Amino acid sequence: MDFGLSDEQRLLQDTVRRLLDQAYPTTRAREISVTADAHDAALHTQLAELGAFGTLVPETHGGNGLSFLDAMLVAEELGRAAAPGAFVATGVLAVTALRECGNETLCKELLPEIAAGRTRIGVGLAESYAVRDGAGVRLERGRLQGTALFALDAVGADRLLVHCAGGLALASAHQAGVEVIPLDSVDRTRRIAELRFDAVEPAALIEGTPRVLAAGRLALAFDSLGGCTRALELALAYANERKQFGRVIGSFQAVKHMLAEIAALLEPARSLAWYAAHAFEHAPADALRLAALAKAHISEVTTEILRKATEVHGGIGFTEQYDLHLWFRRVALSRQLLGGPELLRDEAARLRGWSA
Amino acid sequence: MDLEYAPEYEAFRAQVRAFLDEHGAEAPRAGIGGGGGSRERTLAWQRRLIEHGFAARTIPKDYGGYGAQPDLLRSIIIDEEFARAGVSRGIGGQGASMLVPTLLEHGSEAQKREFVGPTIRGELLWCQGYSEPGSGSDLASLQTRAVEDGDDFLINGQKIWTSTAREAQMMFALVRTEPDARKHEGISYLVFPMSTPGIEVRPLHTLTGNAEFNEVFFTNVRVPKSSLVGRRGEGWKIGNTTLRHERNMLGSTSQTESMFASLVTLLQTETINGARAIDSPLLRDRLVRLEAGVLAMKYHALRLLTCELRGESPGVAGLIVKLVGCELNHQISGLALDVLGELGPLVRGSAHERAQGGWPFQWMFSLGLIIGGGTAQIQKNIIGERGLGLPREPKAA
Repeated sequence: MDFGLSDEQRLLQDTVRRLLDQAYPTTRAREISVTADAHDAALHTQLAELGAFGTLVPETHGGNGLSFLDAMLVAEELGRAAAPGAFVATGVLAVTALRECGNETLCKELLPEIAAGRTRIGVGLAESYAVRDGAGVRLERGRLQGTALFALDAVGADRLLVHCAGGLALASAHQAGVEVIPLDSVDRTRRIAELRFDAVEPAALIEGTPRVLAAGRLALAFDSLGGCTRALELALAYANERKQFGRVIGSFQAVKHMLAEIAALLEPARSLAWYAAHAFEHAPADALRLAALAKAHISEVTTEILRKATEVHGGIGFTEQYDLHLWFRRVALSRQLLGGPELLRDEAARLRGWSA
Repeated sequence: MDLEYAPEYEAFRAQVRAFLDEHGAEAPRAGIGGGGGSRERTLAWQRRLIEHGFAARTIPKDYGGYGAQPDLLRSIIIDEEFARAGVSRGIGGQGASMLVPTLLEHGSEAQKREFVGPTIRGELLWCQGYSEPGSGSDLASLQTRAVEDGDDFLINGQKIWTSTAREAQMMFALVRTEPDARKHEGISYLVFPMSTPGIEVRPLHTLTGNAEFNEVFFTNVRVPKSSLVGRRGEGWKIGNTTLRHERNMLGSTSQTESMFASLVTLLQTETINGARAIDSPLLRDRLVRLEAGVLAMKYHALRLLTCELRGESPGVAGLIVKLVGCELNHQISGLALDVLGELGPLVRGSAHERAQGGWPFQWMFSLGLIIGGGTAQIQKNIIGERGLGLPREPKAA
């Protein structure tokens, strides 16, 4: 019985964190946030050299074949650094889709490329759980036709993976009939996009399992936990330094209690996230429900934490010059991506047999 | 990360199950407020539990315990299996959980011999005299005095929030013996019989409509100096050992989980306009919200257990259990009331009552637990100061 991170996992966290502290300070995040695709090619290469993109790629395909929880710890660190979105899209969603689809040829072709950081895949799954405004991609005479909304990390990606006719379609992003239109959201640290397909020939059609969605939901949840870890660090530092009425504001109970509430929200949420990530591999019968439940819970908790952390800062927390808004906005987007709390709780209830 | 138990522990689990299969029927009925079965049956069950090492497990044999080495996993397995079988864990209470560990650490040999055995066997019931009307969150400001008088102490003052004061034969109490010392250094820890002349117990009726607590008044109560545990003036430290033993009981979430299971059953069985409550998307959403909170605390407890097993400090994660757990219990019972609508506030004995009025009672009582044992606000101070390293509130001038 051991429910905690191993020494290797702590080392992994530490290694990724040190790389990001050095290669992706918030000054860099701000530079990247004003670019069209919110992608940092240099960082992508460094992360690939570290093995991050191969975390979930089996060793036989050039990856590290680590556990799902290991990948989630990487996602958490990337969230803490407000890093670009390639890891969740390519490293978790695309890799899980490939591993689960049973198409060995495709795995052989793509997984080593992903692990090496040589390909970036934008992923559009929104129409598999919530169709808006007539969106949806269908197959017409073997070609992709229609629109996918809210695709992750698709701007500037090499390939696109999109929900289509109950499965997933893979297509090159650079071909006639494909249009990738960036959608401007409150979160500038990552890009989401609308994908338009007009008679596009897919490179492959693969089976899409609900596990892909579950993997992405957990990755976003961990990303938000990482953001909250950073928000708490910032709020604590500020509360220990800022003086009003002749004393540091962290000595006032009104402020201290908000920080205590943040810790009380964050730590049990982290425990739930660990279990859901563990269950993804070790309790597959319950994995989908736990992923939905965990993401719903963590979305609620992390939104609340960023709100409280902003309030601890007072006026400065509301400015753009201060860094906190990076995570306030990032967590707000992640809350909605791949399903908001109500949708996820509804799904969790269904998977529990509490509703039809 | 590995949630499997090693084979030796699975073997131990099998032993516990075998015991429960063979003897479980002898147990008094477990349940809210206990109250199932005669005192004789309760005491016999307690002796049976000690004999097999399922109660007083790590208390030395010399003092009447089972004498096992501390092993957190075995304790957890016992808890899990008894909860699964719905069998009483025996007599707990403040005597076994707080006084006994304190005596073992600070008591004299004579005190250990006199009190530990009868307490763990359930023959001797204790109450705790800590809080006072003027000393709640600021417990160390307590004013009940014990003045040296020959070979005795003379106690005058008042305690409050004393549960089981009417039933208990003994009290362990914090009293001020050194009025001139600084507030934390003037306190001593005494143990004495509740039958001592000059002690008056008055039931304290609470918001729940019951009297779960009492007030205890002391008028020239004479107790021998041998009532002192540890040294004079060290009572605060000794009393804090007691509190540490209380807090160290790892956030057992089994009570929260079983209350949540009852809530699920309620939503599945209670009907509104002919439809089950759980078929209402609004009520179901609230249920699932709480489910996530319950699961989070369940795995949080496992995480803290792992820290304990590895000898690691959990840091701030270890300080939030009381705050979050008590709040969760209040919300679970609160949802039950909303599911029940007008049936929710019906108390025990009313026509149409549900669960013997258990839900409104739980809802009200759980607010008491948010306040008792260190209020939510005191918990937040502890989390902020000890967990997050924030500065203390400057002392009032």
